[in-house]
Amino acid sequence: MDIKHQKKIDKTVTSLRKKDVTGGKVVTESWEPNLEYAWDNGPAISRYLAELKKGKLIGKRCNKCDRVLLPPRMFCEICWRPTDEWVYVEDTGTVNTFCISHVDWKAGRLNIKGGVRPFTPAVIEIDGASKGMGILHMIDKTNPKNIKMGMRVKAVWKPAEKREGSITDIEYFKPIGKKK
Amino acid sequence: MGYRKVAVVGAGITKFARYAQETVSELSYEATKMALDSCEMNLSQIDCVSVGTAPDAFDGIHMNGEAMAEGSGGWCKPVMRNYVGGGTGVMSAIHGWQHVASGMFDTCLVVAEEKMSSAFPHPAGAFLTIFDHTTEQPLMPTLLWIFAIEMQRFMATHGYDKKDIARVAVKNKGNALNHPSAQLGAEITVEDVLNSEIMAYPVNRLDVSPTSDGAVALVLAAEHVARRVTEKPVWIDGVGHALDSAYWCTRDLYYPDYVEVAARKAYEMAGIKEPHKEIHIAEPYDPFTYKELHHLEGLQLAPRGGSVKMLMDGHFDRDGNLPTCPSGGLLGVGNPIAAAGLMKVAEIFWQLRGEAGKRQVPGQPKCGLAQAWGDLMQVGTVVVMRA
Amino acid sequence: MALIERLQNRPDATYWPGKIPMTYIYTAGRAGEAFFKKLRDSGKFIGARCEDCDLTYFPPRIFCECCFNRIEGNWVNVKNRGVVHTLTICHETYDDKPKETPSIVAFIRFEDTDGGMFHRLGDVDYEDCYIGMPVEAVLKPKTQRKGGILDIKHFRPL
Repeated sequence: MDIKHQKKIDKTVTSLRKKDVTGGKVVTESWEPNLEYAWDNGPAISRYLAELKKGKLIGKRCNKCDRVLLPPRMFCEICWRPTDEWVYVEDTGTVNTFCISHVDWKAGRLNIKGGVRPFTPAVIEIDGASKGMGILHMIDKTNPKNIKMGMRVKAVWKPAEKREGSITDIEYFKPIGKKK
Repeated sequence: MGYRKVAVVGAGITKFARYAQETVSELSYEATKMALDSCEMNLSQIDCVSVGTAPDAFDGIHMNGEAMAEGSGGWCKPVMRNYVGGGTGVMSAIHGWQHVASGMFDTCLVVAEEKMSSAFPHPAGAFLTIFDHTTEQPLMPTLLWIFAIEMQRFMATHGYDKKDIARVAVKNKGNALNHPSAQLGAEITVEDVLNSEIMAYPVNRLDVSPTSDGAVALVLAAEHVARRVTEKPVWIDGVGHALDSAYWCTRDLYYPDYVEVAARKAYEMAGIKEPHKEIHIAEPYDPFTYKELHHLEGLQLAPRGGSVKMLMDGHFDRDGNLPTCPSGGLLGVGNPIAAAGLMKVAEIFWQLRGEAGKRQVPGQPKCGLAQAWGDLMQVGTVVVMRA
Repeated sequence: MALIERLQNRPDATYWPGKIPMTYIYTAGRAGEAFFKKLRDSGKFIGARCEDCDLTYFPPRIFCECCFNRIEGNWVNVKNRGVVHTLTICHETYDDKPKETPSIVAFIRFEDTDGGMFHRLGDVDYEDCYIGMPVEAVLKPKTQRKGGILDIKHFRPL
């Protein structure tokens, strides 16, 4: 990058402010895609959801690498072969890692000072699945400061009549005592 | 192994900005034109174009590669797009290298562009659908979560302290003060980082790179062309890329295996046996502060669990033993996703030619590395370059 | 059992509904800004000239795609006259619903330029339209123009 080009860099971009873009100072066009999708769950996740509705977690075993895979899948991504039998796993597990989020999905700020509890998503290794088989879910009803890696947690289910076959049929995970 | 030698012979870059007025095509043009001018080449000498741009959901333009093509010099030429999320920028250089090394083309323009400012309410929202639509998306996750979650695991495994990791932001934003494209160059302190707004603990605002608009371009040439075009070709001596499982909750996030696999491939191709001694300068991917250290360990440029000590010892400073992100990185220059990765390759090009101006690291480095990371915490892309 | 067999005959297979909840605001860019401001403020059209290639880009752009030279600022006035290059009639909306009034859309080449634009034809029946038909743009009144392609209501036969 010689000096001649360095000086040119400033002129390559016309830097605007957000209000210039949203407030009509420059010519703009806007678009809301408004597209809706129906994503096929496939047989493995369909069964996973059906079991969630019953208040159970189910995985699938690969008899070659001898792993119990969670969420269940029709093929083992390591052995590259169809998976074998269905295996019920527990609704308890261990916090592998977590964070304390002050923002929502669109980077919107939660009103923490106003008393809103931060989100505390975690990777939870589920008992009965192979070591390291975590799922993403939320921890709640405990002070975020008390959440620790290695902490034991248990699923809190929605009442049966409100479950609809969704990962949110588990409302959140709550801390429990040590594993026996 | 039957590959032709490929050199970078020219490079161009736009300013990185939060809201650019320029269109995708215009941003691409500014970078591409500068790259061609820098080596006094014109479009008639270009055989093919490799374009890189991250998800269409940022720019809000379906098939954004096509929107970029003309501004990237692609009119009536073979134009090919690659996309591996944040890894796209470095992947574009690898992609271009493949075109020329294979013997298919003698020259290739490599152009990476991102215009994130079109996306509302915030570009972060476009990440929602990279999570599994059935088992994760209903929890309304944001990408910040998995970074914070990974950082936590990284810190806990090695016993790292958040305030030490914050020094990456201090270093990179400081380095960026000397980069003419930089969006966020600044003199800051560790306290500034720790006192900045909490995004998702352990990630504070100054631990995160900004969203940006910008473009970067390189001109690649086969050896016989490169030697005619310039006296200072910079050779791409090794490339590697690898993808890990999309079941990101199944991996132990403390260590990026995919980066190690990619790096080992690149080192093998470049004949590098002891990377920490043979690599003089590195641009590891730094969208978040801890990520730079995480990747340095994966790249075998720091021992597992040893990167923070090296950081604290000044090892990675501009005048240290292994300067890292001398450009200012994503944290300082900005993070127009695909363009940010290619900016790292361009920085190694300028550094190895001794053309980095005030950013120039001392000691005439001869061998450098650029790396990026992307998709759902799972792809590693690495290039090794020599003067 | 082979994987493919397992995937068939699954009455319990389900889908998950969702959307990408984003909206976009696009800037017109440097050439687009010049073009649309001119259209909005004075009701006139401009193109961009590359003398080396003898090309007049319409709408204008900041570079010539052939020689890659910068042509930003080489704006030239373009007459509000064109010819229908090709056309069709649409009976359905973009999302597959029947349209009450079918619309005629055309690619219109502008006189003395190497470009043109895609737009609607109006004040005319489809049966009377033909390739090569001379047309002109009908603009919205100045007070209603906001800088955009819809500042042009439609094109009508000359």
